[in-house]
Amino acid sequence: MKKLKKTTAIDFATYAGVILAFVVITVMKDQGMLTRSLKGQLVPICCYIVMAVSLNLTVGVLGELSLGHAGFMSVGAFSGVVAAMGLQSAIPSEPLRLAIALVVGAAFAAMAGAIVGVPVLRLRGDYLAIVTLAFGEIIKELINCLIVGVDSQGLHLIFNATGTKGVSDLGLLEGGKVLIKGAQGATGTQTIASFTAGFILIMVSLVVVLNLVRSRSGRAIMALRDNRIAAESVGINVTKYKLMAFVTSAALAGAAGALYGLNFSNLVATKFDFNTSILVLVFVVLGGLGNIWGSILAATVLTILPEALRGFDDYRMLIYAVVLILVMLATNNPQLKALLAKLIPHSRKGEEANA
Amino acid sequence: MKKALALVMAVLMVMGLMAGCGSAPAASTQAPAEAGTDAPAEAGSFYFGGVGPITGDAAIYGQAVMNGCQIAVDEINAAGGINGAQIQFKFEDDVADGETSVNAYNSLMDWGMQVLVGPVTTGSAISVSAKVYEERVFALTPSASSPDVTAGKDNMFQLCFTDPNQGSGSAVYMGANMAGAKVAVIYRNDDAYSQGIRDTFVTEAANQGIEVVYEGTFTKDTATDFSVQLTAAQSAGADTVFLPIYYQPASVILAQAKAMGYAPTFFGVDGMDGILTMEGFDTSLAEGVMVLTPFSADAQDEKTQNFVAEYKARHGETPNQFAADGYDCVYALKAALESAGCTPDMSAEEICEALVAQFPTMSFDGITGTGMTWGTNGEVSKLPMAVVIQDGVYVSA
Repeated sequence: MKKLKKTTAIDFATYAGVILAFVVITVMKDQGMLTRSLKGQLVPICCYIVMAVSLNLTVGVLGELSLGHAGFMSVGAFSGVVAAMGLQSAIPSEPLRLAIALVVGAAFAAMAGAIVGVPVLRLRGDYLAIVTLAFGEIIKELINCLIVGVDSQGLHLIFNATGTKGVSDLGLLEGGKVLIKGAQGATGTQTIASFTAGFILIMVSLVVVLNLVRSRSGRAIMALRDNRIAAESVGINVTKYKLMAFVTSAALAGAAGALYGLNFSNLVATKFDFNTSILVLVFVVLGGLGNIWGSILAATVLTILPEALRGFDDYRMLIYAVVLILVMLATNNPQLKALLAKLIPHSRKGEEANA
Repeated sequence: MKKALALVMAVLMVMGLMAGCGSAPAASTQAPAEAGTDAPAEAGSFYFGGVGPITGDAAIYGQAVMNGCQIAVDEINAAGGINGAQIQFKFEDDVADGETSVNAYNSLMDWGMQVLVGPVTTGSAISVSAKVYEERVFALTPSASSPDVTAGKDNMFQLCFTDPNQGSGSAVYMGANMAGAKVAVIYRNDDAYSQGIRDTFVTEAANQGIEVVYEGTFTKDTATDFSVQLTAAQSAGADTVFLPIYYQPASVILAQAKAMGYAPTFFGVDGMDGILTMEGFDTSLAEGVMVLTPFSADAQDEKTQNFVAEYKARHGETPNQFAADGYDCVYALKAALESAGCTPDMSAEEICEALVAQFPTMSFDGITGTGMTWGTNGEVSKLPMAVVIQDGVYVSA
C-alpha cells in the first residue's frame, strides 16, 4: 500500500469496503440473519448511495450547489419505469430489462442535465442552485401532466396540461396497459429491482466518479472549484468541464432513480420533491464535501436511522434531528479529531487534523 | 473533553426518558408487543398490524384509524377475543409515503404480524399491496380508496368506497336531491385520490343532468390560496362547489369563500371528514357543508352510540369516518377469522388463504354500513350516506 498514492489507496479502500459490505450482507441475507425491515431497505439504500455519490460530484468536486437532484432522479425513475414496463413482452429476461431501464433512465436524466446545464453553467454565482431548485419543481408538474400507456402498437402519450384528459383518451387497444396516470403516478409497476443490481450500480458509479475525479479532467474541474480565474488563465474551458461533471452527476442520479422506481409498485412525482433533494444534500454534507466514502456511509446510516428509531414512536424524527446535529458537531470538533488522530495515527482524518 | 462527555451523557439520558414516555401511549397494547421486533410471535394471540400516517400532513387519518382499531381490539379482547384468542395490535407510522410504508410493513412482519389493517392512504396502499400479494399476507384497508389498490391482488380488500364509487355516488346524490345544480369542482391534480374522484364525478354528472360550470385545480404547493378558483367559480355562476379533496385545503377554501362573501353549498367526500377536529379550525365556517360519508356519529343505533361514547371518553373528540372504518376493519376481520375457523398458530399465509376464501362469502354489519359484502376483487359494496354539518356536528341529511 505504501507505494500507492494516498488518494489511490483511499479509492481502493472504498471499492474494497463496498464489495466487502455486499458480500457480508448477501451472506447474512442467505442465512436469514437480516430482519425483514432491513432487507426491504437494501435497494433504497443503494439508490440513495448512488444519489449521494453523484451529488457529491456536483457539490463537492465541482463546487456548485444543486438543489434539484431529486428532479434528475424523477426523470430517471419515470423513464426507467416506462422502458421496463414497455419492453415487458419484448424482453422477458428481468435483469436485462432492468439494465436497459437503468441505461434509459441515465440517458434521459443526462439530457435533462444538459438542458439545464448548458445555459446555467456559463453564469457565475449561485444561479445553478436557483435553476435546479426550479427544475425539480417543474419536473414534478410536468410528470403530473403525463399520461402514458402501452399496447401492441407501441407507446401512447398524452400531455394533459389542462387536467381535463383521462386514461380513456389514450385510445389503448385491448390488452393495453396504462403506465403513468398523471398525478396518480406509475402504478402496478413490476418490481424487478434487486440488491445485486443496486450493488453493481454503486460500483459503476464509483468507478465513473472516482476515475473522473482523479483524471486530468477531474483536476481541471477541481481547479475551477478552487479558483476559477486562475483556472481560466491557464486555458481551462470552464463550461466544458463544469458541464462534464454536472451531466455525469445527472446521469448517475437518473440511473439511481430508475432502480428506485422499479423497486416499488407505486411511484408518484411528488415523492421527488424539494425535501428529497435536501435529504440527498444532507448525505453529502454530512459525509464531507468531496469525500466519496463519506457520502456512502452517510447515505446508509441516515436511511436506516429513521427506521431503526421506530421504537421511539412519536419522537422518532425528533431524535433523528438530534442525531444529525450531534454528528455535525462531533465531526467538526477539533478535540475529537485530535483524539481520532492519536488513536489511528495513519488515518486520513488524522492527517487532516494534524495539518 | 469533559464538556463533550457531559453533553453526550445528557443526550443519552434525554433519549432514555423519551423512550420511556414514548412507549406508554403507543399503539401496542400489551407487554409482548413491546418486547421488540425480534421477539417471536407469542402463541395464543392473533397479531394484527396497522400502517398509516400518524405524523405529517395526513396525520388525522392515520391517528383516527389507529384509535378506532385500538377501541375495537380492546373491546374484543375484553369480551374474550377471537375464538378465545387475544389480539395483539401494533400500529406503525408511514407519513403517507410509499417507501416509508413498505418499511413500516416490513418492520411489522418482523414483529410477527399475521393480518394487516391498512395502509390508510392510497399511494402507500398501492406500494404495500404489491408486497402483501407477493408474500401472501391478508390486508384489509380501512380507507385507501383507489381501485388500483385492489386491482390484480386477490388478498387485498377495502372497507371504504372506491374513488369511482365516491365520484359517481356524489353525482347521483346531487342529481336526485339537488336537481339543476350548477357545480364547480375544485380538486388537487397532483393527488391520486382527488383526481380519481373528479374523473368519475365529471363523467357521471353528465348522465345525471348536472352542469359542471367550472373546474379549478391546485397542487400540493399551491394549497394555501384559492381566491382565483373561488372567484372563477363565483363568476361562472356555480351554486354548488364539489370538493373531492382532503380537509386541510378544504378548510382554507371555506375560510376564503366566507371572506369574499361567496356562499354556495359545499359538497365534500370522505377526505373532508376530519375538518371538524382540525386544530384551530373555526367550525362555524363548515356550517351547511355536505359530506358524503358512510358514517354519521349521530346515528342512533347502539353500536355507533357505544363507539362514539368510548371514543369521546378516550380522545375527547367526536370520531370521524376514518376512526369508524378502522373500528369496522377489526370487527370484520374478527368475524371472518371466526367463520373461517382460523387459530393463532396458523401462519400469515394460511390465514391469508382462509380469509381470501371467506371474505367474499360473508355479510358484515358494522357502524359504517349494514349488510356489507365483498366481491372477489376486494371491493366492498355498501350504501353511501350524505350528512350535513350543523352546529359543528354531523347530522344525517
